[in-house]
Amino acid sequence: MAGEAQNEAVVDEGAVTHDGATDAHATTDTHALTEASGGHEVVGFPPFDASTFGSQLLWLAITFGALYVIMARVALRRIGEILEVRQDRIESDLAEADRMRQRTDQAIEAYEKELAEARQKAHGIAEQTRSDNSAAADARRAEVEAELAKQMGAAESRIQATKADALKNVDSIAAETAAALVSQIGGTVTDKQAQSAVQKVLEG
Amino acid sequence: MSEKAIEPIHQFNIVKYFTFGNFGGNGTEGSGFEIAFTNSALFMLLTLLTISAFLILSTRGRGLVPGRMQLMAEMVYEFVANMVRSSAGTEGMRFFPFVFSLFMFILVANFFGMVPYFFTVTSHIIVTAFLAVLVFLVVVIYGFMRNGLSFLKLFVPPGIPWFIIWLVVPIEIISFLSRPLSHSLRLWGNMLAGHIVLKVFGGMVVALLGAGAWGVVAILPFGMAVALTGLEFLVAALQAFVFAVLTCVYLNDAIHPGH
Repeated sequence: MAGEAQNEAVVDEGAVTHDGATDAHATTDTHALTEASGGHEVVGFPPFDASTFGSQLLWLAITFGALYVIMARVALRRIGEILEVRQDRIESDLAEADRMRQRTDQAIEAYEKELAEARQKAHGIAEQTRSDNSAAADARRAEVEAELAKQMGAAESRIQATKADALKNVDSIAAETAAALVSQIGGTVTDKQAQSAVQKVLEG
Repeated sequence: MSEKAIEPIHQFNIVKYFTFGNFGGNGTEGSGFEIAFTNSALFMLLTLLTISAFLILSTRGRGLVPGRMQLMAEMVYEFVANMVRSSAGTEGMRFFPFVFSLFMFILVANFFGMVPYFFTVTSHIIVTAFLAVLVFLVVVIYGFMRNGLSFLKLFVPPGIPWFIIWLVVPIEIISFLSRPLSHSLRLWGNMLAGHIVLKVFGGMVVALLGAGAWGVVAILPFGMAVALTGLEFLVAALQAFVFAVLTCVYLNDAIHPGH
């Protein structure tokens, strides 16, 4: 029955467009057609209702086609660009960071080298100073020792002289003593005899 | 009225908002096809607009450091890009916009279907069949364009003895030809069945609530409906993913038919 109504409506509409009748009439017929097929759909299983396939396919083709074009031309291109720009930025930043790190490393290396050099130098100076100091001290000591030795030599020779002097005096004292003794005993003796006697004893 | 509300397939009805008239045929009923703007077309349009608006508006700032919306757009992009690259190789990336459009269209259409009173575009076999056949045609046409007749090597797996090859080749051909069928039925069946089951449990709640003291029992189907709603969200996303992954796998056959 619904099918019959639709059939009528379709035929009617065809006639209307053929005749070029008023718009009001045409819309009423269209409405009738909609109602008729609407009633028809409740009966069957909607996904298998072939009468809806045409419009579904058309709209799907339009919307999916539009979606594809928008995605390919605008949206995905833009997101791809964003990601690429970010990737480039990250890479350049990383390269920059790497460059900075290398410079830091170089600076640290140079600093350490200089530090080692300075340490070496300080060590050398200390060594030099120490050896200089000890050389000076040695020289001074040698000087002082030589002075002391000289003084000691002088003193010794003076002692020697004094000793020899003293011994010489001892001879004359002994001769005088011997002469005095002899004269006390009662003899006479000359200084010369006394001296030679002492000399004889000494040479004994 | 109550009978109609509980009827689980009512939600799949196509409702015409206005018609553009009949095309083709000889003017009698059943011949030609009618072009109308329907609820199905409305939700296809909404799907298109939602995806486009989301992706275009969220990336408007082209932020070096993404905001929340831009991050979501980028994550979807990278997700699909990785899927295409891992299944179909670098050469498959020429189909990236195609796979991305498929994935997003199905995903958003499925999610729209989860909103009460909204129409589920993918619950109609003609829609999923269109998409599956589109994928099939792209695979066949690109396969022959790229490989010439050596695309037919797809049906001859290497390392098979000659006396088995006569058995294997027909099987391979049949399995290849049945791809659009399984590809479309999988999505359609999942969406259709899920929505019917949800409607059935929802209808049971309504029916039990009208049964006086026994209305307390309505808590059981209500709990099922809640749990199934969660499951259906999972299925909606999963089926979009499966459809896209299978598309990638089929495209990989077109690009590398020698396995």
